[in-house]
Amino acid sequence: MNIVVLVKQVPDSGAERALNSSDNTVERGSANNVINEMDEYAIEEALKIKEAHGGEVTILTMGPERASESIRKALSMGPDKAVHVQDEALHGSCAVATSKVLAAALGTLNADLIICGAESTDGRVQVMPHMLAERLGVAALTGARKLTVDGDTLTAERQTDEGYEVVTAATPAIVSVWDTINEPRYPSFKGIMAAKKKPVQGLALADLGVAADEVGSAGATSAVVEFAKRPPRSAGTKVVDEGEGGTQLVAFLATEKFV
Amino acid sequence: MAEVLVVVEASKAAGVKKVTLEMLTLARGLGSVSAVVLGGPGAAAELTDKLGEYGAEKVYAAESDDIDGYLVAPKATVVAELVRRVQPAAVLLPSSQEGKEIAGRLAVKLDNGLLIDAVELAGDGTATQVVFAGSTIVKSKVTKGLPIVTIRPNSVTPEPSASSPAVEQLDVTVGDADKLTKVVDRVAEQKGSRPELSEASIVVSGGRGVGNADNFKLVEEMADLLGAAVGASRAAVDSGYYPHQFQVGQTGKTVSPQLYVALGISGAIQHRAGMQTSKTIVAVNKDAEAPIFELADFGVVGDLFKVVPQADEEIRKRK
Ligand SMILES: Cc1cc2nc3c(=O)[nH]c(=O)nc-3n(C[C@H](O)[C@H](O)[C@H](O)COP(=O)(O)OP(=O)(O)OC[C@H]3O[C@@H](n4cnc5c(N)ncnc54)[C@H](O)[C@@H]3O)c2cc1C
Ligand SMILES: Cc1cc2nc3c(=O)[nH]c(=O)nc-3n(C[C@H](O)[C@H](O)[C@H](O)COP(=O)(O)OP(=O)(O)OC[C@H]3O[C@@H](n4cnc5c(N)ncnc54)[C@H](O)[C@@H]3O)c2cc1C
Repeated sequence: MNIVVLVKQVPDSGAERALNSSDNTVERGSANNVINEMDEYAIEEALKIKEAHGGEVTILTMGPERASESIRKALSMGPDKAVHVQDEALHGSCAVATSKVLAAALGTLNADLIICGAESTDGRVQVMPHMLAERLGVAALTGARKLTVDGDTLTAERQTDEGYEVVTAATPAIVSVWDTINEPRYPSFKGIMAAKKKPVQGLALADLGVAADEVGSAGATSAVVEFAKRPPRSAGTKVVDEGEGGTQLVAFLATEKFV
Repeated sequence: MAEVLVVVEASKAAGVKKVTLEMLTLARGLGSVSAVVLGGPGAAAELTDKLGEYGAEKVYAAESDDIDGYLVAPKATVVAELVRRVQPAAVLLPSSQEGKEIAGRLAVKLDNGLLIDAVELAGDGTATQVVFAGSTIVKSKVTKGLPIVTIRPNSVTPEPSASSPAVEQLDVTVGDADKLTKVVDRVAEQKGSRPELSEASIVVSGGRGVGNADNFKLVEEMADLLGAAVGASRAAVDSGYYPHQFQVGQTGKTVSPQLYVALGISGAIQHRAGMQTSKTIVAVNKDAEAPIFELADFGVVGDLFKVVPQADEEIRKRK
């Protein structure tokens, strides 16, 4: 099975993150950048499917030059090769434009199965898989906590607020996964060494037939008008329990009319 | 006045969801409100009264087994056709997984911008989003096409405004391209009859400090006394104390209740990402240095196994 995994580089969600006041886009220069956590689960799922059914796993990333660090890291887990879409004009792309570019790149890769994270930790818009399915005319099985592959039939448990839905489709399809689906492997030393030699194909917008003014800040379908730091919450009262902690807590809740 | 379309979220158990009432309230500031019900045959009938109570002047009913039987795509097609026909001033959808997915497909179909997770929406379509773990407030606008905006639950207070909506049945013809992903089963995994996590006005969450799955009864008991939903930290979920759909935080639910109670939760930045905008926060943690105290309006440094039962007793007394 020919599997493509979408991998996005994001600023570390455990550190302070910011927007850039010059153009209201995400500050990626100073941030510690990492693989979007959910995408590691997507890679793991792809590798498991390859191990069980054969085939090839390709990483696809759209992002600036420094996203290549994350691509190497992804490859060190075991995928075969990568495609890096990189173009100055992409800076500031909205979700609609991102989906246009990723769809064009996927168009060159002939995937039976596309796997991605359910959401990114920076934008968190959770729309990419259905946007891509719409553009490519393939099935979308999103929010999967379990995936089974039987020939060309995919069955997923899609997590919902009430429980889960069982959904099925035939390949070609795109599947997005939550972190409940598996436990991603750590790259081995051998994997890290091997990753250095794996092919990474660079693609620019011109290679994809997408015009520069359809993407980036120029082609954005939405714009950040302004932003501000939210004033940090200040700590209120803190009491040490000396046998009355529970009572004191409820007394506070009572003054706030919660009990 | 132009119409504003509100895509209704409802459940079999609870009927029209609170986020829908919030959207109806917001939509009144933008135009004449039309609710869109997407569901199986007969889905609209039991929702119409409630939608009218909150200001829907019209209800579009798209009812078909195909809408329930296939994932997301048929719903997006129906809404896109309606948008092309009535040229609304805006489309509002719930910020649930499915609401966002419909919005995404709709944006591609119409080659239109979209804004996800708005907590406010001004009359001119400017949306307010809270991003980066609640640290940054962003005002944004759709610059191509009409505003397609998903609304985060618990953002506004629903306000009734009575009207008696006319119901218009939409013709639903779902093509093969929208039938690629079949829903073969829906399985409920309810944990008691508590309010839904993302909509609850009080949330009581437990972390690793709760110690094991059995002890989560303590969290549930306090939640029930307060009429609250139960949440959990990722460490608690990963340790198998509580199911994943109740996880609060960066990779779980974002909640914004009136009151958030954190029990045995350290308050890591990724946890804060999901609860930082709660109105009032209280915490019980035995470590006086736990970061959760930096944002707690009231914190008790102590053993939750002592503090919580005492608090429960006190709540019962005051009832
Ligand atoms: C705080 C913030 C808020 C934003 N709000 C909006 C908004 O309201 N509307 C809007 O149009 N745009 C918005 N954006 C921009 C949007 O996030 C980007 O366009 C982004 O590239 C696509 O969205 P996502 O990463 O959030 O996708 P999601 O749909 O959350 O990501 C799902 C998966 O898609 C894959 N993926 C996403 N991007 C890439 C990529 N570049 N390369 C490879 N794989 C990828 C990954 O596997 C990821 O796990 C926002 C960005 C930020 C930082
Ligand atoms: C990309 C990414 C995404 C993440 N997403 C999320 C997310 O969505 N949600 C989330 O919650 N986390 C998330 N995390 C994990 C997060 O970083 C923390 O590891 C997690 O929140 C810790 O959970 P905790 O506070 O329950 O556990 P701990 O940090 O172990 O804290 C337990 C606390 O309980 C206290 N305690 C112990 N015993 C008692 C007692 N008897 N009485 C009172 N207090 C006691 C301790 O003092 C301690 O403060 C994410 C991490 C990453 C890297």
